[in-house]
Amino acid sequence: MSRTPLDTVEHATATPDVELPWAELGLKKDEYERILEILGRRPTGAELAMYSVMWSEHCSYKSSKVHLRQFGEKAPESDALLVGIGENAGVVDVGQGYAVTFKVESHNHPSYVEPYQGAATGVGGIVRDIIAMGARPVAVVDPLRFGAADHPDTKRVLPGVVAGIGGYGNCLGLPNIGGEVVFDSCYQGNPLVNAGAIGVMRHEDIHLAKASGAGNKVVLYGARTGGDGIGGASILASETFDDAKPSKRPAVQVGDPFQEKLLIECTLEAFQEKLVVGIQDLGAAGLSCATSELASNGSGGMRVTLDDVPLRDSTLSPEEILMSESQERMCAVVEPEKVDRFLEICEKWDVIATVIGEVTDGDRLEIYWHGEKIVDVDPRTVAHEGPVYERPYARPEWQDALQADDANKLPRPETSEELRDQVLRLVASPNQASKKWITSQYDHFVQGNTVLAQPEDSGMIRIDEESGLGVAIATDGNGRYAKLDPYAGAQLALAEAYRNVATTGAKPLAVSDCLNFGSPEDPAVMWQFAEAVRGLADACRQLGTPVTGGNVSLYNQTGEVAIHPTPVVAVLGVIDDVARRTPVAFREEGQLLYLLGDTREEFGGSAWSQVVHDHLGGLPPQVDLERERLLAEILISASRDGMIDSAHDLSDGGLIQAVVESALLGGKGARLIVPDGLDAFTFLFSESAGRAIVAVPRSEEVRFNDMCGARGLPATRIGVVDGGAVELQGEFELSLEELREAHEGTIPALLK
Amino acid sequence: MTARIGVVTFPGSLDDRDTQRAIRLAGAEPVALWHKDKDLKQVDAVVLPGGFSYGDYLRAGAISRFSPVMGSVIEQAKAGLPVLGICNGFQILTEAHLLPGAMLGNDHLHFICRDQKLRVENAGTAWTGDYTAGQDIHIPLKNMDGRYVADDYTLDKLEAEGRVVFRYVDFNPNGSLRDIAGITNEAGNVVGLMPHPEHAVEPLIGTGRTDGLLFFTSILKKLVGA
Repeated sequence: MSRTPLDTVEHATATPDVELPWAELGLKKDEYERILEILGRRPTGAELAMYSVMWSEHCSYKSSKVHLRQFGEKAPESDALLVGIGENAGVVDVGQGYAVTFKVESHNHPSYVEPYQGAATGVGGIVRDIIAMGARPVAVVDPLRFGAADHPDTKRVLPGVVAGIGGYGNCLGLPNIGGEVVFDSCYQGNPLVNAGAIGVMRHEDIHLAKASGAGNKVVLYGARTGGDGIGGASILASETFDDAKPSKRPAVQVGDPFQEKLLIECTLEAFQEKLVVGIQDLGAAGLSCATSELASNGSGGMRVTLDDVPLRDSTLSPEEILMSESQERMCAVVEPEKVDRFLEICEKWDVIATVIGEVTDGDRLEIYWHGEKIVDVDPRTVAHEGPVYERPYARPEWQDALQADDANKLPRPETSEELRDQVLRLVASPNQASKKWITSQYDHFVQGNTVLAQPEDSGMIRIDEESGLGVAIATDGNGRYAKLDPYAGAQLALAEAYRNVATTGAKPLAVSDCLNFGSPEDPAVMWQFAEAVRGLADACRQLGTPVTGGNVSLYNQTGEVAIHPTPVVAVLGVIDDVARRTPVAFREEGQLLYLLGDTREEFGGSAWSQVVHDHLGGLPPQVDLERERLLAEILISASRDGMIDSAHDLSDGGLIQAVVESALLGGKGARLIVPDGLDAFTFLFSESAGRAIVAVPRSEEVRFNDMCGARGLPATRIGVVDGGAVELQGEFELSLEELREAHEGTIPALLK
Repeated sequence: MTARIGVVTFPGSLDDRDTQRAIRLAGAEPVALWHKDKDLKQVDAVVLPGGFSYGDYLRAGAISRFSPVMGSVIEQAKAGLPVLGICNGFQILTEAHLLPGAMLGNDHLHFICRDQKLRVENAGTAWTGDYTAGQDIHIPLKNMDGRYVADDYTLDKLEAEGRVVFRYVDFNPNGSLRDIAGITNEAGNVVGLMPHPEHAVEPLIGTGRTDGLLFFTSILKKLVGA
């Protein structure tokens, strides 16, 4: 087999005029010129490969960086934050010596190209981020968005994505406890597959991605390196889909959850024996990322012998080895005297481990191939000093017209029959329908610590069997709200996740986000992004919940058409004793239903306007973060003092959606009365924020009312848990059987 | 004096720690066993836990069955050692021919996770003494390859000898023949079932039911004669 001569550093210096395929690798002309300037010569092929993946949008955040800074600048004072933005995942102190790490990431583009593997490796990637912090992963969540429910391609994408998440997560032994499933034609061709994970460790076990100590060894362990996912970050995640380009399937990686399970156990055992100085997982940009990140977070010096990387395909070129995104690999920095023990643990778990290099006392990352130097760079220029763009942004011209198209003016139901009919249509609509068909493909029980899982308001995991200490997580986002007003939309996503955590009785502590938007090269999209980040940063400051990390996914668009701006927000909370958790289901007949918060005529972006009128216009619900905070405090106190038996947050679909869900889950109906000052329609369908319903045992009514009164939170009695139907007095009655058929029949019928 | 119950960890076992917890909650002492190690550490009984041993990339349980630890388990099970196989453990037991029949992919081709109603058909095995025959219980079920199959002769024999230990009630989640959820060997010391009793041992966790704890109290009573 013949090969072109090896492009060594020496060769590159001697042949300055050789043309390199920088454009094919996704680099822009000015970016390539910057590389020439940094190196003072042309890059070698291997160096070009590294820069191209590390400077891709996906890895470098070059378009979003200038905005994301606000998460740091506006970060609230928080005693809970142990590790902030910039590491593999943020870490939060949850008390009793425990720390929790969590993060949400996107795997959108690969999941459209190859739904099963795209979604599966999304789970794999986020879980490795969690392990890399030193934590045992304890749960995953999956916020998903697909095109129209009845579109034929949704039938291709959704079952594959769900099977991929299940296939990977179930095999890892991680309970799937939450997430969302949303359908909207704006996601046609650009499904959003976000994956979140939580890990738990003791404070002293926190690890960082840092290669320090000259002479320490760099160990690559896990799967062999293959040709899969080459250039995934630069080619797939950072470009808009275009029919004219060839199929991108070879850029999607293939996952092996069994290998990852071994990687988890073997890494945790190495941590336990204190064998690891620094660690980094291999995700986007593979070895290019791991070596340059580890080196630049340390003193900067590292020497790597690429020949020592175990390969699945012996014909791979050094450039391909550096760019490969083969899954289930990690890189650890280990002191020389501990290397043998580290390798022994890997062998115990049948994990291949190889020393591929060492930390040096210089400040260059040097990579060798067949004894020749093919990379000689300052690793910071690869990992951290990539291009930063101040992309132009402008409020789109259509924004005013969209907001003026007021949903409050849409025709409303005029008779009791119409009202009843619209309730049924709402709870049966794909977005509001039960997602059991999907969630029953995920293991909720494994690890034996799941306190709450979907369809509860937040997922909850016990982390200490003795004390009952637990954590809760909720993820939320509403692209329709964000389209109407990206600033408010991002705040509403945070408010909803925050409320969902508090509804189950946990105290919200910290935030991770996954920001899904269209092309940053479109000023309108960039404006949406800038507004959403500003809104989220402002709201996090006000609610005292810092952003600990997250992910930006841009270029979610096909041709000129971008998805709705979709900031997905995850809120992590802590609960002292999981025995105090509040579930959604109605538990006992005779308990009194209270509506907490204020209900206004707010239908912009509502589920009702979508289901009944296929309409999107007007303004999203008002944001009142002080009200959210008060509501959360009341819900947490009521849970702690045993004043409420069930609670459900009100969000898309409004009050009736929440009542129907609580009734069906508990198998107990409700009799409702429209409170004074509201009409039946607004009562049922308004999506005013800052609200929840609670079921109060009669013995607790006085105490509960006193608490709300004293704290100034409106609490209105709206009915009672009773019977086998949901009844709105004087208007209609819907039996639980009829509701169940409508609510639970939709998704199976669409996907069968 | 309590009983020592071994739990085997294969590469890809997922519910090993959960099973150890269930054993502890029942009052027995869990003992970790390793797939590469023939030594059963003189335990009084063994549980093969759920999971995806070796990724289940071949037939579920087909590789684990040949692990060093299984050599000892097979030998001692034949001599009367109580063995419980849960989910992947059940699959391993059929592959090891300690139990008849085989497991195929669920008839609907999806992974399924649900709170499953079962009927206890046989309360006379080493692992079911604390139940009563005919009792309905709820135990979480979660599997990809849970469809129990065997030829008619074997099925008839199992029925005739009372070796069907559990049957699915109201809903057959995977297409198992004759709604079979769990079976035992002729001696009654080896039991395999697809649902996960170790996930139904604490009132706060999972489905909030504790119907599964009786598996572990049953074996404890059997072993210490309490």
